[in-house]
Amino acid sequence: MSTAIHIKREKQARDFKEEMKGHSLSDNKKFVYQTKELNLWYGEKHALKNVSLDIVENEITAIIGPSGCGKSTYIKTLNRMVELVPTVKTSGEIFYRGRNIFDPDYEVEQLRTRVGMVFQSPNPFPKSIYDNIAYGPRIHGIKDKKILDAIVEKSLRGAALWDEVKDRLKENAYGLSGGQQQRLCIARCLAIEPDVILMDEPTSALDPISTLKIEELIQELKKDFSIIIVTHNMQQAARISDKTAFFLNGEVIEYNDTDIIFSTPKDKRTEDYITGRFG
Amino acid sequence: MIVIDQKKVQSKMKSRIYRNQFFKYLFFSGTLICLLVLVILFTRILIQGFPYLDWQFLNSLPSRKPEEAGIYTALNGTIWMMAVVAPVTLILGVGTAIYLEEYARKNKFTSFIQVNISNLAGVPSVVYGLLGLTIFVRALHLGTSVLAAGLTMSLLILPVVIVSAQEAIRAVPNALREASYAMGATKWQTILRVVLPAALPGILTGSILALSRAIGETAPLVVLGVPLFLAFLPTSIFDEFTALPMQIYNWTSRPQHEFQSLAAAGIIVLLGILILMNSVAILIRNKFQKRY
Repeated sequence: MSTAIHIKREKQARDFKEEMKGHSLSDNKKFVYQTKELNLWYGEKHALKNVSLDIVENEITAIIGPSGCGKSTYIKTLNRMVELVPTVKTSGEIFYRGRNIFDPDYEVEQLRTRVGMVFQSPNPFPKSIYDNIAYGPRIHGIKDKKILDAIVEKSLRGAALWDEVKDRLKENAYGLSGGQQQRLCIARCLAIEPDVILMDEPTSALDPISTLKIEELIQELKKDFSIIIVTHNMQQAARISDKTAFFLNGEVIEYNDTDIIFSTPKDKRTEDYITGRFG
Repeated sequence: MIVIDQKKVQSKMKSRIYRNQFFKYLFFSGTLICLLVLVILFTRILIQGFPYLDWQFLNSLPSRKPEEAGIYTALNGTIWMMAVVAPVTLILGVGTAIYLEEYARKNKFTSFIQVNISNLAGVPSVVYGLLGLTIFVRALHLGTSVLAAGLTMSLLILPVVIVSAQEAIRAVPNALREASYAMGATKWQTILRVVLPAALPGILTGSILALSRAIGETAPLVVLGVPLFLAFLPTSIFDEFTALPMQIYNWTSRPQHEFQSLAAAGIIVLLGILILMNSVAILIRNKFQKRY
């Protein structure tokens, strides 16, 4: 009994040390992701250079930077979607909840079951609204109709879409507007009850009103999820995020609280970018 | 500064419009010629064969006497053969297409295979007949059985099925696959639940068209040595059989006028089956068309 407690204490101490190693921004907060010296190549192209970044639990972390700076690549590395490109090579480590996601025995399916993703343009399946939401739970083996019904309602409510679609759950998702489709994709992502939600420019294909709705939704989701959002819209990052990382040419130039990044950036390049001098 | 000389533009206007009209009529006449030939062929066959087309014709064994002869064995033989061709082709063809599109890495070797499959689609059917004769009839001792002929026909249409299934699978947007993977789906779950349902109309259309080609093919059967005349039905896939095109081929080579008409009636039946299959393909395509 005492040895068990001892081992547990030792593990806690180790975890604590682990947390302290990275960019310790907020001392008492837990990290969901810790990236250490991450490098990534597309064939010969060096897309991410020595990226070290710690993501805090239950916060919104925005990743900004000009086109081609590696921000999308980075977020896709966090759930290893980037590996769908056959020429990708990586080095370094990314710890998700203390476990290296590049470990050979870490199955990607396992990782992606905990880390949901919302894409740049809405990509619902050519199925009914109900089947879209139930897709994730079904692939994870949930067959009970009652449970699925409950998940569908909860997810759609969570994505602020329930009232708009509750009477037409059996209709094809393609009948929804662009903004509704994107909220459907967020609901689909919520349906697997993830821990982290990755969002890759989720509003870039939407009109301003839909964008506003999604931003409100993201604020709402922060309570239950850790959210990492890539955006090329600096105002959006300033409006919704707690922390902001500025990427340039595959490097993290600056990473800090959003207020600080947008008021008193330390790096000249960050200042130039957020004041609109380039990018 | 004005660079464009409006007068010159105006002087060209007439000839441009004239040329526009010319090409419209050129393409129209092309279509018309095709249609005309088809209509002539079709009416001739209908006039000649229709009087012979009745229940008795469909239900009688072949005979020396034209008034008693029918396509019972041939029609049944064709159905037997297709019962081998359809599953074999669909499983092998769609399986190969899924492997090439979803699993195989894109490298020199796979593109070499790709070029070869496309080329095989253009190989004359007689060559497939010879292949079937060597492998299935002789080496595997299957004789001129339903199985041997069915496998040969499968080989013949496999390239077409593979290529059309590949195109249907490729047309499924990658965003759908990504959405599935991002939720922790395995590759197989993604293929089964996302890729195949979206690609199914395309796969079915291509496959049905290919199968209808197998129904009409004659040359490979001739090379295999499928009998022209058979007075009994196959009872298993290892039995001998004859097929509709063989029966038609047999009758057209007879000197008697009545047999020529019987051949025409056989052709009507064959065309009827083909039109039916193609209509099903079109129906499927329209029903499931472009939902993404």
